[in-house]
Amino acid sequence: MLSRVADSLYWMSRYLERAENTARQLDVTMSLMLDPGGANEETRWRRMVASLGRPGGMEWTGDLESTARKLVFDNLHPASITFCVNAARENARQVREEISTEQWQRLNRLFHQMHSPHAQAQFSSSISDLLASVMDGIHLFQGVGASTMIHGQGWHFIRLGRYLERAYATATLLEVYQPELFQTQEREHTGYQYLELVGLLRCCTAFEAYCQVYTADVTSDRIVEFLMLNRDFPHALRYCVDCIRMAIESIQRSGSRRAPDELTAGIGRLHAMLGFTTVGEILSGDPAAFLHTIREQCLRIHELMYRYYVHYSIQSALAV
Amino acid sequence: MSAGPPLELETLFGDYPLDHAFDEMREGNGNLRAHYRALAEMLASLPADELQRRKQSADLAFLTQGITFTVYGRDEGTERIFPYDLLPRLVTATEWDRIERGLTQRITALNLFLRDVYSDGKILNDRVVPSELVYSCKHYRRQMRGLQVPRNVYIAVVGTDLLRLRSGEFVVLEDNLRVPSGVSYMLTNRRVMKRTFPLLFQSYGVKPIEHYPQLLLSTLRSLAPEGRPEPNIVLLTPGVFNSAYFEHTYLARQMGIDLVEGRDLVTHDNIVYMRTTDGLKRVDVIYRRVDDDFSDPLIFRPDSALGCAGLFNAYRAGNVTVSNAFGTGLADDKAVYAYVPRMIRYYLGEDPILPNVETFLLSEEKARQHVLANLDKLVVKAVGESGGYGMLIGPQSTARQREEFARQIEANPRNYIAQPTLDFSRAPCLIGDRLEPRHVDLRPYILFGDKVNIVPGGLTRVALERGSLVVNSSQGGGSKDTWVLE
Repeated sequence: MLSRVADSLYWMSRYLERAENTARQLDVTMSLMLDPGGANEETRWRRMVASLGRPGGMEWTGDLESTARKLVFDNLHPASITFCVNAARENARQVREEISTEQWQRLNRLFHQMHSPHAQAQFSSSISDLLASVMDGIHLFQGVGASTMIHGQGWHFIRLGRYLERAYATATLLEVYQPELFQTQEREHTGYQYLELVGLLRCCTAFEAYCQVYTADVTSDRIVEFLMLNRDFPHALRYCVDCIRMAIESIQRSGSRRAPDELTAGIGRLHAMLGFTTVGEILSGDPAAFLHTIREQCLRIHELMYRYYVHYSIQSALAV
Repeated sequence: MSAGPPLELETLFGDYPLDHAFDEMREGNGNLRAHYRALAEMLASLPADELQRRKQSADLAFLTQGITFTVYGRDEGTERIFPYDLLPRLVTATEWDRIERGLTQRITALNLFLRDVYSDGKILNDRVVPSELVYSCKHYRRQMRGLQVPRNVYIAVVGTDLLRLRSGEFVVLEDNLRVPSGVSYMLTNRRVMKRTFPLLFQSYGVKPIEHYPQLLLSTLRSLAPEGRPEPNIVLLTPGVFNSAYFEHTYLARQMGIDLVEGRDLVTHDNIVYMRTTDGLKRVDVIYRRVDDDFSDPLIFRPDSALGCAGLFNAYRAGNVTVSNAFGTGLADDKAVYAYVPRMIRYYLGEDPILPNVETFLLSEEKARQHVLANLDKLVVKAVGESGGYGMLIGPQSTARQREEFARQIEANPRNYIAQPTLDFSRAPCLIGDRLEPRHVDLRPYILFGDKVNIVPGGLTRVALERGSLVVNSSQGGGSKDTWVLE
């Protein structure tokens, strides 16, 4: 497969995952703001911006509506949902011969939806409905892709993009929530505390899944265990890392070159970090540093993958 | 479903005008031409709104198959379907036979001309074609001098525009020897028409065209460099912003080859590679949809990022085939065009089967005076332009436009030619709920590898505006399916 095509598929997928994550975080944050007891709007907004990776220009201005509107619609701001959808579509347009027509149509529809006057009106009447329909559009795209696209190398680049983006986002989110998660053992549990923790789970669509595993008994160490170490839940770090590993292995298998040891070692290390540890060990050590390492490893894998499959130097390729 | 009474032919035709121009469907006295009778009877037998219903279902088919082009500007990313007409244009077997023989003859001669001009220049030494005409052509590429191209094929993919005159005779309006486009519309029109009028299609016995992508692929394969039995063939596109991008993705998909952009290619030691996730992969044949100027910044325009640096040297070394060859625009220059009948006689010793349109070269003093005095009756064209740009249609022009052209002609006579305003043929189109005649041309697609191959048919382009003579899709033209009958 052409490197440019792999690159476009990878970024198409990352941008959509990013749009979905932003939509979900905004939705949860706005709904938490309805219960002002725990923290004020400003604190919540700041926390959300931090968990989105602190994009510039999204600082709290005191005017929730206009800032939220910017986060949803600002074409020119790389953190906005519209920007991510535009970028995903532009990437898809350049590889139309690689994705299925059904996929293209779904993505195109989502793109036109974001640019329609209807979306603006919906923002004013019910932002939650708007965000839900954005997330629906992205889920539809993924579902249609799973059932119509050829599951060859291109498909694995799509999966790689999605799970790298997701692993990075979940790790960032957990880092931002560390005061709630890692330092609350002595504090008494209030209703507001409960709402905050449920909010965190909902940021990862994890509340119902959590309840299935642990019942509705929400405690911070269980949340840490669930979002980091669960092997079956699609937003948990361990699950994401497993998927990244499988995607990279499949990409290697479909080519004829051996992947560089660095890449194999990097993904192996990440896998071992999450697969061979317990929540007790993480919490008794330095959980923030642990999360930080995971994020760095994700960046490293992205870099290596790029250096090896997309932007390799001609000299290195000719030497083989 | 519809319940209206069947349309009478009279109602369908309404006040369908007939005049001196050739009508594809009706004779001068209003009678239907024999091969159009079945089509007309079918139309007349349909319930009143059935035709509209089929039109809508065909529209939908175009839209859902993604046969659209992107309109940029006001509303970024708006996609429209390529305008088309629902009624097929019919060509009889006898007519087609003549077209096919004529085009084969013409393309063979043009290819010999290119080979000659870029090697010995015999035709120039014999003063059959003036050498200043060749050397002053902006598409002449001196880099091609003395270069051996694979199998001596310069023009592997050609789209020649034909018109039908008052007499019913087909003539050649121009040869497109650089990067002719539109073939994807020919193929998709056919697919939609088969769904829209299945019974009619069956009863007519139409020659198939669906194997074009396969023919194109085998043409390209036959031009691969020596010693590359399993050549890697790619289609080089300028990218997503090109108006023909749909066609590029379509052809690449239909042929099962990679669609590459200039930035996917690198050259090393005069070998072209593409960057894949599996390392560099050697490229053997490039079906090029990028103009000469943009193909290699080292040789042609240095500011172009669409091509691949070093491509030309790899080509010169014979390590990669590029089709069409560079410099083929020389032979579709509108002034060189005037000499094609002479080339046919010179190289093949035959009379041209398909004639040219009468053409005045404005670099000739006498012709220029005649043209300047009759600007309001003639069509003036810039020689290196295409797509209907740089054109003055005398009878439809204003005095100011004519003055402007006169000034430009005086300043650079070599850059212009003039032709009489042609009454080219019209075919019935579905306009609203009745038939009206519109001007049409015909662009058959010719492939030249081991031998000349022409799929029977081509793209019939329609000037959809009443009275308009411009069929180019960039200027309000549409298309129709073309049925060549058994």
